[in-house]
Amino acid sequence: MSHGCSCHAQFGREQLEEIEKLLEPYSGQPGSLIQALHKAQNVAGYLPREAQVLVAEKLNVPLTRVYGVVSFYSLFTTKPKGRHKIHVCTGTACYVRGASRLLNQLEDQLQIKPGDTTKDGQFSVDVVRCLGACGLGPVVTVDEDVYGRVNNGKLDDILSKYSRE
Amino acid sequence: MEMYRSHVLVCAGAGCISSDCKSVQSALREHIEKTGLENEVKVVETGCMGPCDLGPVIMIFPDGVFYRKLKPEDAVEIVNEHLIKGKVVTRLLHRPVGSEERVADFGQLEFFKRQTRIALRNTGIINPESVEEYIARDGYRALGKVLSQMTPQQVIDTVKESGLRGRGGAGFPTGMKWEFTARANGDTKYVVCNADEGDPGAFMDRSILEGDPHSVLEAMAICGYAIRASRGYIYVRAEYPLAVDRLETAINKAREYGLLGENIFGTGFNFDIETRVGAGAFVCGEETALLASIEGQRGEPRPKPPFPAQEGLWGKPTVINNVETWANIPPIILNGAGWFASIGTEKSKGTKVFALAGKVNNTGLVEVPMGTTLREIIFDIGGGIPGGKKFKAVQTGGPSGGCIPEEYLDTPVDYDSLTKLGTIMGSGGMIIVDEDTCMVDLAKFFLEFVQEESCGKCAPCRIGTKRMLEILQRITSGDGRQGDIELLEELSRGIKSSALCGLGQTAPNPVLSTLRYFRHEYEAHINDKKCPAGACQALLTYYINPETCRGCGLCSKECPAGAITGEKKKPHVIDPAKCIKCGSCKQKCKFGSIITV
Repeated sequence: MSHGCSCHAQFGREQLEEIEKLLEPYSGQPGSLIQALHKAQNVAGYLPREAQVLVAEKLNVPLTRVYGVVSFYSLFTTKPKGRHKIHVCTGTACYVRGASRLLNQLEDQLQIKPGDTTKDGQFSVDVVRCLGACGLGPVVTVDEDVYGRVNNGKLDDILSKYSRE
Repeated sequence: MEMYRSHVLVCAGAGCISSDCKSVQSALREHIEKTGLENEVKVVETGCMGPCDLGPVIMIFPDGVFYRKLKPEDAVEIVNEHLIKGKVVTRLLHRPVGSEERVADFGQLEFFKRQTRIALRNTGIINPESVEEYIARDGYRALGKVLSQMTPQQVIDTVKESGLRGRGGAGFPTGMKWEFTARANGDTKYVVCNADEGDPGAFMDRSILEGDPHSVLEAMAICGYAIRASRGYIYVRAEYPLAVDRLETAINKAREYGLLGENIFGTGFNFDIETRVGAGAFVCGEETALLASIEGQRGEPRPKPPFPAQEGLWGKPTVINNVETWANIPPIILNGAGWFASIGTEKSKGTKVFALAGKVNNTGLVEVPMGTTLREIIFDIGGGIPGGKKFKAVQTGGPSGGCIPEEYLDTPVDYDSLTKLGTIMGSGGMIIVDEDTCMVDLAKFFLEFVQEESCGKCAPCRIGTKRMLEILQRITSGDGRQGDIELLEELSRGIKSSALCGLGQTAPNPVLSTLRYFRHEYEAHINDKKCPAGACQALLTYYINPETCRGCGLCSKECPAGAITGEKKKPHVIDPAKCIKCGSCKQKCKFGSIITV
């Protein structure tokens, strides 16, 4: 299926129970589907089929509709993410300042394309269209940390830093 | 009441946060406490001040001194020298582009001097988490005036007479939209704020939401009174978690103070607001797609008519406006329609917030009256092009817009003048590109974006833009053919006239616009297989200048294709047959000997 191995992104009964608790406020409310999916995804970082089934049951929404929404919005994913999620901003301002070079470098060094996770589950790479920090382009985020004015050398340092954790 | 002799405003806009302004702020607070000044000097965390490229920045009042590019280590000197001894720290002052002198007073800097801040009136000045500071700057006075002195129709008339047009991009007259919704049948109506600022390069809405959230809440409540709605929703894109946070804090505070909820100001008027978070879909900035998303559906647009004013959220009449549009409402109510209409041009009243980014010196947010020229915005306020490069074009309106070349720099900016030039105002994003940017590549970039974000519902957008993208991919990889330009133009006409929503209808704009002003670049790619800007990798030939090459061999070691040969200390040569044009050699060369032709 995908490059990522799921062993680091555990998904089992514990996760399902946690999701069930988080879905309580949205019980029986089809209109809250997107908010509910955000909460559910935060538990393990992705939405495997079991999670979607649970959301469908709790909100009283057909599974096909849940899947339709999950597959439509780019922030929802059915693939497990890495321990560290790298996002490269490819908004116009960052693009004009060389964001595509950074993507090439990531592809070279990590051997994965945007949307995938490394075999060892350490990193996943995604593009994001504009974080609104255009004055600092090119921008790269790793988890919650934001890095501005990133060039190839700086990206090297960033990768080294997170490789150790 | 606390009185302070000095206020230190620390910018905590998105850009500065990314530059770690939090550490600078902690260091300042720490040292102020250490020196026993905490009862004399107040540190305030504000929203975006505007000059994002210079962050972290602070302003010290009452002096109005502006310090930039700060590090936590600078805190000690700022406290000791400026706050205690009253001596300005010269090395931390800004030296404007092309100037010898550093400037202390922010009001003397062209970047700030030339702005007229209405939508951004509080951003960068108040603590966005404090409702008291918002109130102190006339916050919620407009709502009070509306509820106690004006009828719903008077509110609508005021907005109509002001001439305010939607700041999200379409520029539809706001007052007219409110009137249609007020007149629509039905008892249940909604007020929605479109905070799905998806245009890459636009961050003005983000700054207002994070720096002055109450302005949006107050405006929505005013609209609720005017159209007789009691519920509002703010749809924020998921990529702005801080904005969501600040909004929720503001909503809770407003409810606490009786400014939202039941019986506001004791007038019997009820209005409450909830946030809704997006999930990463650019198309959800389109109003009908946004409403579908709030309803928990896939963000697919719906045919218009019916417009949201008649049938919007859950089929009810809905006013949906952009964040910046909302931010203009309270001042219009307080200062009057005539005041707003006296600013700007005949058909475009008021001001506009522009986000300057790309190849420009002063990146950041600026708010100027409509009618200000592009030259003034880009060169006087923006500081011109860095690195001594030449201005090539300014791209406006994001993926729905187009580019404007040098000969039109003296155009006064307003909705109609930009439309005449083949672009749109859009959300106000202005990406400046220089001589190193390939306009064909830029058009391709926008089409890639559109293809990713197309919802897929209608064939013209789903299939048409794909075909256009394929043509551009061929052109930029050296495989362009005679007839490609004409085909692009034909496809563009078809898509523009038949796509279901604004995304598809405007998707061909970047191509049409670059064809209009930079046709020669397309022709060079197709006929000569050359990229004049030197950007399209596949069309470049890498060449080592034998006069400057020192024969160090770094490039040949770096080359993944073994295309470079040469003896030590003798000029090296690239074999074009083997060269894969990756550019690694050029990056490694310390002597600038490798050039692309």
